[in-house]
Amino acid sequence: MVDQMSAFVSLENVSHAYAGAGSALAVEGLSLDVAEGEFAAVVGPSGCGKSTLMKLATGLQFPQTGTVTVAGERVSHPVKIAGMAFQAPTLLPWRTTLDNLLLPLEIVEPYRREMRRRKGEFAARANNLLGSVGLRDQGGKFPWELSGGMQQRASLCRALIHEPKLLMLDEPFGALDAFTREELWCVIRDLHASRKITVVLVTHDLREAVFLADRIFVMSSRPGRVIVERRVELSRPRDLEVTFTKEFQDIVHELRAHIVKARQ
Amino acid sequence: MTLTRTNLLIKASPWLFTIGLFVFWEAVVRIFKIPTFFLPPPSLIAQAFVEFAGPIARNSWITLETTLIGFALAVGFGLLLGLVVGWSRAIYAGLYPLMIGFNAIPKVALVPILVLWFGIGFIPAVLTAFLISFFPIVVNVATGLATIEPELEDVLKALGASKLDIMRKVGIPRTLPYFFGSLKVAITLAFVGSVISESVASNYGIGNLMLQAQAQFQVPLIFAGLVALAVEGIAMYAVMAMLEKRMTGWAQRSGFGQG
Repeated sequence: MVDQMSAFVSLENVSHAYAGAGSALAVEGLSLDVAEGEFAAVVGPSGCGKSTLMKLATGLQFPQTGTVTVAGERVSHPVKIAGMAFQAPTLLPWRTTLDNLLLPLEIVEPYRREMRRRKGEFAARANNLLGSVGLRDQGGKFPWELSGGMQQRASLCRALIHEPKLLMLDEPFGALDAFTREELWCVIRDLHASRKITVVLVTHDLREAVFLADRIFVMSSRPGRVIVERRVELSRPRDLEVTFTKEFQDIVHELRAHIVKARQ
Repeated sequence: MTLTRTNLLIKASPWLFTIGLFVFWEAVVRIFKIPTFFLPPPSLIAQAFVEFAGPIARNSWITLETTLIGFALAVGFGLLLGLVVGWSRAIYAGLYPLMIGFNAIPKVALVPILVLWFGIGFIPAVLTAFLISFFPIVVNVATGLATIEPELEDVLKALGASKLDIMRKVGIPRTLPYFFGSLKVAITLAFVGSVISESVASNYGIGNLMLQAQAQFQVPLIFAGLVALAVEGIAMYAVMAMLEKRMTGWAQRSGFGQG
């Protein structure tokens, strides 16, 4: 258990329903804590409110009851220290990849004010970031000239360009083929290791969760809450080979059993 | 070698088909001895073109002018209303039935009212062209704004982006292909509007020229008016298509909006 003081992201007994969705709760009595620098994964049956969790933690929605705290502050406005990436890369087709990466800097302060003056510096930073995910010298290309996996890498870079302290990933590799997905697991693993960033990964891929996370939260079906919390003790840095070990498989099996139960 | 020949054929094809249509028309009229006051052959229409070159040119110019002014108004107003409608769900919900109702009214039915307000002539024709052509622009602009990916909106909102930021950075650029696409439809409709009004309530323009030709039973001249309208319509459509290609080439290259 992470104690309350050191929790970076903390949801406490949160219930939430969307306006216009009747009174059906998306999440109910949801509590979880993620420590600073920790890699947390949230898994669960579809429709368990995983995406609601994303919105709550980034300040796009505010809970009806309970509290959400990020970096010691109660969330009452959008959380600008968070970066987000989704299943769809949602890059803007009229901008080059490099200009897509710079988009967040045109929005978020203090970069927004300094955009004109420090454009060169920002572009260099974006190029560095592209290099770190294996897209060196691809910044001048338009998104549609990149493969699906490359687009998703660029989307990750866009989420990281303003050097967020928290990275929220909502099934970021769901649309990719198995080999590309495993490649990107390693990209995320290395980004997390090198940047000491806190990551919350929402996924339905249990192998992905076990390979990447320090701790996995299993959610119940709707209304969602955490039913199991599982620490993954596999040593870091993890190699893809670890996914073929018995220890790894056992954790996946265990999680799978929980989810099967949650679906009933 | 064969590839370039096929390309050449495709390039020449529109001309071949157009010429073919006129040849076929001429042949049908001659073979079946159709009276020229019923359906004049293209050769006779061409003669009428030469004979009445002055009036046709003058009235074509007036029709073109009327259409373009009405169209320009439609672009300005359509863009503005489209942005307003696409901006907010509430405005969208409120205005949508009104716009559908307005669009359902045949615009020719508005001409008498316009004449009542502005008298016969230029202004009702411009306004009819405007009224008939702004609708597709509004709908397209609003669609472009309303179909922003919700995930992208989330990404930007979490960064503290205002509605205006999202519109400037994402909404308006992604609306441009829809907007330029709608111009092709709108310019064609604008011609319909101006000609309708000219033939009902004006002393100028191709619409009026055709009406007078009809009264004097100059059938080839009526058809010459039609051809003049077709040429203007094609030319303006081509201009809009070129504009679309120039302004939003990225959309065509990326397959935007087709998925």
